[in-house]
Formats: sequence, C-alpha cells, structure tokens
Amino acid sequence: MTLLNRRAALKLGLAGGALLAAGPALAQLEIVVEGANFQPLPIAIPDFASSDPQFGRDVAEIVRNNLRRSGLFLPLDVASLPQQVGDVNAQPDFPSWRAVNVDGVVMGQVERGAQIQASVRVWDTRQQAQVVGQQLATDAQNWRRIGHIVSDAIYQSLAGGTGYFDTRVVYVAETGPKANRVKRLAIMDQDGANVQYLTQGNSLAVTPRFSPNNDYVAYMNYDTGNPQVYVLHLASGQQQQVGNFGQMTFAPRFAPSGQRLAFSVEQGGATNIYSLDIGSGQPVQLTSGGAIDTSPCYSPDGSRLIFESDRGGSPQIYMMGAGGGEPQRISFGSGSYSTPVWSPTGDLIAFTKQSGGQFSIGTMAPDGSNERLLTTSFHAEGPTWAPNGRVIMFFQDPGGNEGPGLHSIDIWGRNLLRIPTDSYASDPSWSALRS
Amino acid sequence: MQTFASIAKAVRYLALATLVVAVAACSRTPDTMPTGVGNAAGAGAPGSQQEFLVSVGDRVFFETDSSSLTSEAQATLDKQAQWLNRYQNYQIMIEGHADERGTREYNIALGARRASVVVNYLVSRGVGANRIQSQSFGKERPVAICNDISCWSQNRRAVTVVR
Repeated sequence: MTLLNRRAALKLGLAGGALLAAGPALAQLEIVVEGANFQPLPIAIPDFASSDPQFGRDVAEIVRNNLRRSGLFLPLDVASLPQQVGDVNAQPDFPSWRAVNVDGVVMGQVERGAQIQASVRVWDTRQQAQVVGQQLATDAQNWRRIGHIVSDAIYQSLAGGTGYFDTRVVYVAETGPKANRVKRLAIMDQDGANVQYLTQGNSLAVTPRFSPNNDYVAYMNYDTGNPQVYVLHLASGQQQQVGNFGQMTFAPRFAPSGQRLAFSVEQGGATNIYSLDIGSGQPVQLTSGGAIDTSPCYSPDGSRLIFESDRGGSPQIYMMGAGGGEPQRISFGSGSYSTPVWSPTGDLIAFTKQSGGQFSIGTMAPDGSNERLLTTSFHAEGPTWAPNGRVIMFFQDPGGNEGPGLHSIDIWGRNLLRIPTDSYASDPSWSALRS
Repeated sequence: MQTFASIAKAVRYLALATLVVAVAACSRTPDTMPTGVGNAAGAGAPGSQQEFLVSVGDRVFFETDSSSLTSEAQATLDKQAQWLNRYQNYQIMIEGHADERGTREYNIALGARRASVVVNYLVSRGVGANRIQSQSFGKERPVAICNDISCWSQNRRAVTVVR
C-alpha cells in the first residue's frame, strides 16, 4: 500500500470513528482504526540536518517520540535506515528507501539563531512525491517546542485534524504520606518535559483548569479557612480569588470565550452551579436546591453547560443552557457518572463512571447515546481532552500507599500510555495548541 | 505563670499527637504503626480537649455516599453536644471527609454535606451556631490507608475539633 493510500485510509478511518452507523461503504475503514487489525503507519525519520548535529538528533528524537506516542505512527529505528541524517534540499533516493520497504520519509533541518528555524519535508517513496513541505520557527528560549511544532505539522498532514504536541498540561503534583499529602500545582509540556511548580505546597491546591488562551489557570485553593476558586496568571504568577461566595467555591471551568467562569458554590451542605462574568465579578446562580451540582463544563460553542448532579439519587450527567434553565439528564447507563468534559470538537462528552466497584473513563455523544468505556480499573478519574479531540488524559490511583499517576488513551480505546511525572500526579488539564 | 501555660499547652498538644498516632494505628500501613508511645493517653481532666477526644469521641462515621446520621452517630453527637454545652469556652470546627471511592469534586461536596448535617444536629441539641464552623476535605485527608471497606469506612467521617 502506498503512503498516500495509507494516509487516506488513516484520515478517513479516523473520521469514520464518528460515523459508525454510516453504512456498509465505510465498513472497511472502520476496521482500519477500530479493529484489532489497525497498524500504525511506519515512517522513517532520520536525524535532522544541523550545524550542531547533536541538536539535529535531539529535535528528531522529540518528533519520533511524539509520533510513536500518538499510536498512529511507527517511527523506524534510525540505525536501520539507508540514510541517518536528513537532507531537505535534495530529492530522496527513492529506490534505496523502497528497498527497505519504507513508504514515508521525513527530512528535516534545524538551526539556532535569534529564533529556532526548521524546515521539514515528508516524502511518499512510492509516488516519488512530496506530501508536506514547511518552514517553521519558534523562539530560542524553549528549543523543545520546535520538535513539537514539526510533529504537529507531520501529524496534521498525514492523520488529518489538528495536532496536539505543542501543548502543555497543568496538574496537581502530590508528595508525602497519603494521610497528609502535599498537593501543589505544576505545569509541564505534554510529553512530561519542562516541569515547573506554580504553588508552594503550604496549602492544598486541586483541580486546575486552563483558560482557552492558555494564559490563566483556575483552581481550588485551601489557602484561607474556607476554600475558594482562584485564578492564576501564568506569566506573572499573580493570582486572585474570584469572589467569596457561600462557604466554599470549587470545580471551576472557563467558558470558551475566556470571559466567564462556571463553578460550584457550597452553602449549608447544598452545592449549586454559578457562573461569573470575570470582568464585572457579577455571579449568576444557575441551579438551586439541596442536591450536589458540580463539575460544570461548557459546550465548545458556549451555549450549553453539562454538569454532575445527585438530584435523582446517584451522581448523573445533566445538560442545561449556559444561562441556566431546567436541566435534562443525559446519562442513563448502570452506575454513576461524574466529571463530564465536552470535547473541543463538540462531538463527544468524556466522563468518569463508577460501576461494580470499578472506575471507567468513557465517552458518549452529547445526547447521551453511544456510550463507550475506554478503560476500566480500580480507580480512574478526571478526563481532559487534547485540543484535537482524539486523545484523553486522566489520572489513575492504584490505592493503598501508592499515589496517582497521569495516563492517556485515544478515543478508540487504544494506546493507553503513562505520562512521565517526577511525583505522584492528578487532575490533568490539557492546554489548547500554543501556536 | 507563662511557663506553666506553655507546659499545659504542650501537654495538650502531646495528648492530641498521641491520639493521632492511635488512630493511625487502625491503619494497616506498617510505617504508621505507633512506636513506643506508652500510656500517655489517659482520660484527660474534665473539660480538657483530651477528655473530649477519649471519653466523648470526636468523630462519627457514614455509610457509602450517604450523609445520614446512623443511630450510633447520633448517640456520639448527643454526647458531644452535652460536653460542648457544659464547656462553653471552646470554638468548634466540623471537618467533613469522604472515602476515596468517588471523584475529587463530588467528594468535596459530599464532605461539606456531611459536615453540615453534623453542624445542624449539634445546633438542634443546643450548641450555639456562632461557635461552630465547618470545612470539607473531600477525599484529600484519609486516616486509614488500604484498598477495602475496613479503611473506607473509617475515612467516611465528620470530625469535631475543639479549640
């Protein structure tokens, strides 16, 4: 099969994941991505050419690692390739690549300067044609970003949609004994590199969530006697309590506009959903009653809110207008449903499900249909979406004296990965693409 | 006199620390087993924090995903109310907790609901509402660490802290 055909199959197959009922014409494509027969696309990525060969090797390794971890590509061992260092200026010697059964070749060059500049070409060796040719750049401060930006360019052209490698994750870093664990906010690149701590750890800090433009993080802080939602400005480190409502505020989530925040307010044991216009500081109460209404999340168009409520007995997922109104229950399977999070592409809602003593991470359509459990274990919780809507990160805690760790899985239920962190980690929130 | 007060305070803290270790001993975690604490924990003087901890009982437990008070919990809270009404000098903090078999955000709300139920019960037994505050810790502060109900049932609790 040629790269172009494989590429088309990959793209169509990925899209086909949402078209399960589309009829027999797509049956074969569904097998490609959904079935056990799915094969990641083999791809050759020689080291990038550079006046600093180690730099070229390091950047290529970031690209290979990203594409391998996506589960959709199989980067080949560089030592086995006919050419170990890429050349973006020459057409590849196609017969020598064909001789080792390589369909796709990535040739890159990268140089440091005032900015870091990269050129990348992807070639189809059977068609003897260029699939992608791009010049890319990033600021010199963070050299790893150029690897992520190149990875996104390759991913987008071969797998469709947008990439998700040039992103960061904010999470809760946990250290110390379980009964008195220190929980502080940390931020890292999506591959676990460049960890920075955002809070000191002298108070419990949990449930961080990125603003849509990646500039702010909203979270719950136990700093004062009654825990409240704070908004932290990442560039300056300055932070502010969003208000002082009820006894406790928690479970913040930004609206897609970035101008509004939804969160829970607890008063006298009842927990209701509020939203707040960040500019004016004016809160609006959206639900009422004695139940627990929490984990609100906006639809990508900002028109609706999904949340978790135990108003019917056990925790279930409900939907209402972004301005309130009568909530409609959308989860009807056995067990309880929590932490609904709307996909950035709008087609799916990810959730935590508890049933039969186990926890699962799953997805459903926004009308509650097509429930699908992606992974089930002793504990799993808190899904967050990659910006392309194809990968979900969450946290798992094996219990006992162990602590939680971050994992990701794709929406087809494949490619369960552990995300490397220095300490126990929970509550991941995935940023939007940085560029 | 200041020295005496400091010592008395230190003794009180020691008593508290002893109780914390005693509770941790319920845990199956080997590295939190008590190490030579001895017989420091007595019943405590009348009206002391230690008396509240040891003779009255500072905590009540809940069923899974429930904030209803069991008859045992009500009996404990009745004793707490009697003691708190007798010793009016104490301020009261009710800490609500959940076990780890729920999501973080839901459990923060559940801990608050449990704390609120305890606050309302104590107030209904005559304890001044202006003396009582409450706070939820969700599932963030377990006291018993293991992977079965013997621990979870100890973690689903509301603790009355007097100070």
